[in-house]
Amino acid sequence: MPAPIRLRELIRTIRTARTQAEEREMIQKECAAIRSSFREEDNTYRCRNVAKLLYMHMLGYPAHFGQLECLKLIASQKFTDKRIGYLGAMLLLDERQDVHLLMTNCIKNDLNHSTQYVQGLALCTLGCMGSSEMCRDLAGEVEKLLKTSNSYLRKKAALCAVHVIRKVPELMEMFLPATKNLLSEKNHGVLHTSVVLLTEMCERSPDMLSHFRKLVPQLVRILKNLIMSGYSPEHDVSGISDPFLQVRILRLLRILGKGDDDSSEAMNDILAQVATNTETSKNVGNAILYETVLTIMDIKSESGLRVLAINILGRFLLNNDKNIRYVALTSLLKTVQTDHNAVQRHRSTIVDCLKDLDVSIKRRAMELSFALVNGNNIRGMMKELLYFLDSCDPDFKADCASGIFLAAEKYAPSKRWHIDTIMRVLTTAGSYVRDDSVPNLIQLITNSVEMHAYTVQRLYKALLDDISQQPLVQVASWCIGEYGDLLVSGQCEEEEPIQVSEDEVLDVLEGLLVSNLSTPVTRGYSLTAIMKLSTRFSSLNRIKKVVSIYGSSIDVELQQRAVEYNALFKKYDHMRPALLERMPIMEKTGTNGPAEIVQTNGETESTILDTKHLPSITQPASQANDLLDLLGGNDVVPVIQTTVPTKPASAGGELLDLLGDLSLTGGPTPTPAPSVPMSQPPFLLDGLTSQPLFNDIAAVIPPMTAYNKNGLKIEFTFERSNPNPNIAVITIHATNSTEADMTEFVFQAAVPKVCSFPSSSTVYGEL
Amino acid sequence: MPHLLGFYLPRQGKLRLQKWYVPLSDKEKKKITRELVQTVLARKPKMCSFLEWRDLKIVYKRYASLYFCCAIEDQDNELITLEIIHRYVELLDKYFGSVCELDIIFNFEKAYFILDEFLLGGEAQETSKKNVLKAIEQADLLQEVRSLATA
Repeated sequence: MPAPIRLRELIRTIRTARTQAEEREMIQKECAAIRSSFREEDNTYRCRNVAKLLYMHMLGYPAHFGQLECLKLIASQKFTDKRIGYLGAMLLLDERQDVHLLMTNCIKNDLNHSTQYVQGLALCTLGCMGSSEMCRDLAGEVEKLLKTSNSYLRKKAALCAVHVIRKVPELMEMFLPATKNLLSEKNHGVLHTSVVLLTEMCERSPDMLSHFRKLVPQLVRILKNLIMSGYSPEHDVSGISDPFLQVRILRLLRILGKGDDDSSEAMNDILAQVATNTETSKNVGNAILYETVLTIMDIKSESGLRVLAINILGRFLLNNDKNIRYVALTSLLKTVQTDHNAVQRHRSTIVDCLKDLDVSIKRRAMELSFALVNGNNIRGMMKELLYFLDSCDPDFKADCASGIFLAAEKYAPSKRWHIDTIMRVLTTAGSYVRDDSVPNLIQLITNSVEMHAYTVQRLYKALLDDISQQPLVQVASWCIGEYGDLLVSGQCEEEEPIQVSEDEVLDVLEGLLVSNLSTPVTRGYSLTAIMKLSTRFSSLNRIKKVVSIYGSSIDVELQQRAVEYNALFKKYDHMRPALLERMPIMEKTGTNGPAEIVQTNGETESTILDTKHLPSITQPASQANDLLDLLGGNDVVPVIQTTVPTKPASAGGELLDLLGDLSLTGGPTPTPAPSVPMSQPPFLLDGLTSQPLFNDIAAVIPPMTAYNKNGLKIEFTFERSNPNPNIAVITIHATNSTEADMTEFVFQAAVPKVCSFPSSSTVYGEL
Repeated sequence: MPHLLGFYLPRQGKLRLQKWYVPLSDKEKKKITRELVQTVLARKPKMCSFLEWRDLKIVYKRYASLYFCCAIEDQDNELITLEIIHRYVELLDKYFGSVCELDIIFNFEKAYFILDEFLLGGEAQETSKKNVLKAIEQADLLQEVRSLATA
């Protein structure tokens, strides 16, 4: 049989292939040849064949049939064979392969070979991909080599030990004695790998960490020598002596100094020295400075040093090299919480980075900017951030918008500014704001009583321009529904009032209903808004017409609303004004942590939120919209004032069920509430608590009208029972305002399992 | 730890070298490299050399027609990784004498040998350029010897 072709020959041939198919054909042919050569157990050319196989494997073709051949090569006595064999093992024989373990014996032998380069091959292979079993078997050999005086082997053994420890952490102890004088080596290779080994051990074990703390002085000394010593050609990189070793030592110092005063103090000087003396014209110097800054920030360094570190980062921000800027922003982000004031000084540079071309830099600059916003700089920062929102990539817009809302909420200098800012966000990035921003904004607007006219006017104008951004449209329709009267009366103080007629307003709202751009949710909003205007405008007929049209809408949600509103016009017209009243102010009060809640049911607990965060609804946005819709246009008079009590959460279950049970056809006699489902009461109170309206337990719970329909009005009043504050007493007043008697009035109460009733739960009587 | 996951050189998507320091199936490796190659090749010249990918950081640098990439862990120093990449390229350059892509294609096994003398388990084992090259030289000579039993 002719000799198999040489590796280079094969490579040349394959590269002449013009198509993928041609290449595949060549490869298949060669593989077949190699396979038969393997079958013949040809020792001479095994190495060449495996090498070719490895090349083909690199191109993406299967090479598993060469695995065993690699083992044979490793066992050979020719160095060439071993070299290719070990390479093949590293490429083809990772620990997931069955034959992986068969290598163990060969490696063991080679670890003890007389030629250091063979030992080196074995150490390298073991250290790159040895399995846990292999590591367990061979750890002893590695440990032995760690103590050798041959620095070529010692450095490899150290890194091999690192791998062993990663794979089998329990074996860490066994390497401890060998580490004794690792740092006294002069050889940089050994020093570097020893530091890596020590780092690994310290990171894995607090005991090791305390044990190795005593090395700090030695490490400091080594670092000092590196900096102070003159030019050393062997390790020099752009004028800096062995930057790899410097960085490694700095990192180990970081780990050793963290949380330890003495160690931190011992390294203060050298850190200051490195920070001030390192040449910064090239990347390599900056790499060292970077590591130094990270170390300074992590250990217990004195404040002067910390300021020095932050200033270095500030200088990095001005560096032409974008990599340096990137790294600076990342580090500043990590330190902004602890060293806020120092970072503030670099605010303008950070803000400039918002205009950088690189996406990663922009993102970091944005995050950092938000972290730096405070009461003093809010106006200036917001200008920059809004500009950024205008021009940034869509990926950023949602995060940026949320960040702006948060910042505005925390630091708004005035209500008008706040509303203007929100308007700006909605008009520029309206489609990207998160779903929960809509109810939050509505609440904000509701609470800014003096700004109602101004807000509704601005929103109206925005709608005239653009109805494609749903969050904007939803907020606008809601406001128009609420404050439409202010709009047409031209009452705005803050800016020039516009002349708008009722018909124009209704045109706009109706336009939303029919537009393709409006989502079903938006349509719901606009229908409700139109309905609300029936008590604020005088064009009743027009509104009635619109509402009745949608009574046969295909969209079930719209249809339901329209039918209900129709009913409101027809049968319950006397209720309409009260129901469609202005929304009361929804206040945010402080929230208590869940631990302090005495009696809760599932819902309240899950919706308790910290006022610091933008309240996020646990239910999808549509339910929250339904909430507002319910409050706006349903039977319950929104007497729910300042706070939401805990107890009525359970009452709410009954409440809602009362409502739910009373179908919209309505009946003359109210049927009593049947047993309340134990499931979460939907919508009403959940939606309410989506604003963090959580009551202070001690506060009084205001009375609430639970039901008011058809002449039957039921009110709940609440009291804490004096002896036992865990019990709330609900007094129910039922009044019959019709002329007829209501007979067979049955009241039953049921509560979720968390609460309990003291006595019988059924009341019979006549009203 | 700088636990390099892969060290490879794609050019128009063709990998010339890849070194994995964590065990993964062939399928996973293929998937990862495809993704990474796409991501890196999509980068514009003005962008910085670092990008986030999954929970790792990718450091890459372009030398002529080749991109050299490293995947490092979150706590690793990106800037020094750039130096590591540079050192490797310098070693190749010294060894091959003004290295070009063809050198790496036709002598891929040597490129691996050099890498394995410079890095072990993802970490630098030797910080002196001279020493790495000397070791390779010696090992190359050893290839000439007929049998190690008599060496």
